[in-house]
Amino acid sequence: MTVNGKTTFMGYRRENGRVGVRNHVVILPVDDISNAACEAVANNIKGTMALPHAYGRLQFGEDLDLHFRTMIGTGANPNVAACVVIGIEPGWTNKIAEGIAETGKPVAGFWIEQNGDLKTIMDASRKAKEFVHWASEKQREPCDVSELWVSTKCGESDTTTGLGSCPTVGNMYDKLIPDGIYGVFGETSEITGAEHICKERAATPEVGERWHAMWQAYQDEVIFAHQTDDLSDSQPTKGNIEGGLTTIEEKALGNLEKIGRQCRYIDILEPAEAPQAGPGLYFMDTSSAAAECVTLMGAGGYVVHTFPTGQGNVIGNPIVPVIKISANPRTLRTMGEHIDVDVTGILKRDMTIDAAGDALIDMIVRTANGRATAAEALGHREFVMTKLYRSA
Amino acid sequence: MSGPQLLVHDRKDNVGVVVVEGLTAGTDMLCVVTEDDSSFELKSAADVPIGHKVALKDLKAGDTAIKYGEDIGKVVADVPVGGHVHTHNLKTKRW
Repeated sequence: MTVNGKTTFMGYRRENGRVGVRNHVVILPVDDISNAACEAVANNIKGTMALPHAYGRLQFGEDLDLHFRTMIGTGANPNVAACVVIGIEPGWTNKIAEGIAETGKPVAGFWIEQNGDLKTIMDASRKAKEFVHWASEKQREPCDVSELWVSTKCGESDTTTGLGSCPTVGNMYDKLIPDGIYGVFGETSEITGAEHICKERAATPEVGERWHAMWQAYQDEVIFAHQTDDLSDSQPTKGNIEGGLTTIEEKALGNLEKIGRQCRYIDILEPAEAPQAGPGLYFMDTSSAAAECVTLMGAGGYVVHTFPTGQGNVIGNPIVPVIKISANPRTLRTMGEHIDVDVTGILKRDMTIDAAGDALIDMIVRTANGRATAAEALGHREFVMTKLYRSA
Repeated sequence: MSGPQLLVHDRKDNVGVVVVEGLTAGTDMLCVVTEDDSSFELKSAADVPIGHKVALKDLKAGDTAIKYGEDIGKVVADVPVGGHVHTHNLKTKRW
């Protein structure tokens, strides 16, 4: 839809001014042992969704900070209308509930100790039912496309992603970043081989130096500290290699096509950190594993994810719609039900990157309006916490 | 078939990417350089799956493979022009 020459979509305006494209009532476990209670509440109250995960006990330091940031950021995401938080004890439960409440959205915390699962489930279910009634009366309203926060990460890449689907995302960013959207890319390990190019794509030399220091720290602290070989059984992945990618350098150069020709990133984000420097493109220090990366970007506040794939990564996310783009004709033929935007025409030379970028923007707007993505329709809700080191 | 069989990112590249399924040895491939839309022909020297790379010239062990106009690793076994370039003859220089 176009209003006064501006492209608009119908979104949910939240209490803090941010715009969501989904209207979830989330039942959020603070820790692994509260998953059962959350899933029971979600089963009791239709229209809610539990987000079970594996962690939240005995974490400490930077790893614990990341846990809280991911939990609070997920609940705070504008795609979430209201949130019930359940933990084993009140301390961390209240910390997360209070963090989410800063957005102004309805949130309530419950804990299991001195209540038991059954009373907790009953109390939380009553509150969740209130939230469902409240959220289900929220109406979508016209919002400018510039209010979207659009993330990207590619997966099960092959040589067609570097030729087709990644440049499609890059073209979209080249068009929408100047309009004022927030963008983000990441995948620290997967820039290896193109780090000289990535450093140069910073908005200022100072940001580029900070990016390079972050990337080098990852090499030193993660790769060189744990490597047993040249990582060719991991980066590129077996799927990448099946698809024709041979080296990490080749994979990185294709990956970096996602930031287009003109875009420059303005700041570096910690995992799950919300951007603070205004509209523009950001780099987030993430794993290259799809579910971890998309979960972190969702916790950073991004509401739509664009996901180029070659061999066909099937990932979704519970709160962020994940739009799949592929240029690989074999993937479209054998598993086309996973792909939202078919850009195989780029390989046949009957579709330009410019036209593919327009097709992606159209799909972003349709998705923001409420169209279910392939991953949503197929029930993909991969919610995966990033863990930095062993718990205490 | 009207479209190309092989796409090349940059004129400096010495490898290209097969973009059709079922390419067999001896095929006269239409090759397009996406950077400037120029084209040339090349005969494939192997059956090469979609997405996999083909040498645009004779590559010798020790050479650097170039794609996107950039270094993507070291050639570790000789590859004839038109031959299949992959993990059996190309390795990372990193890690």
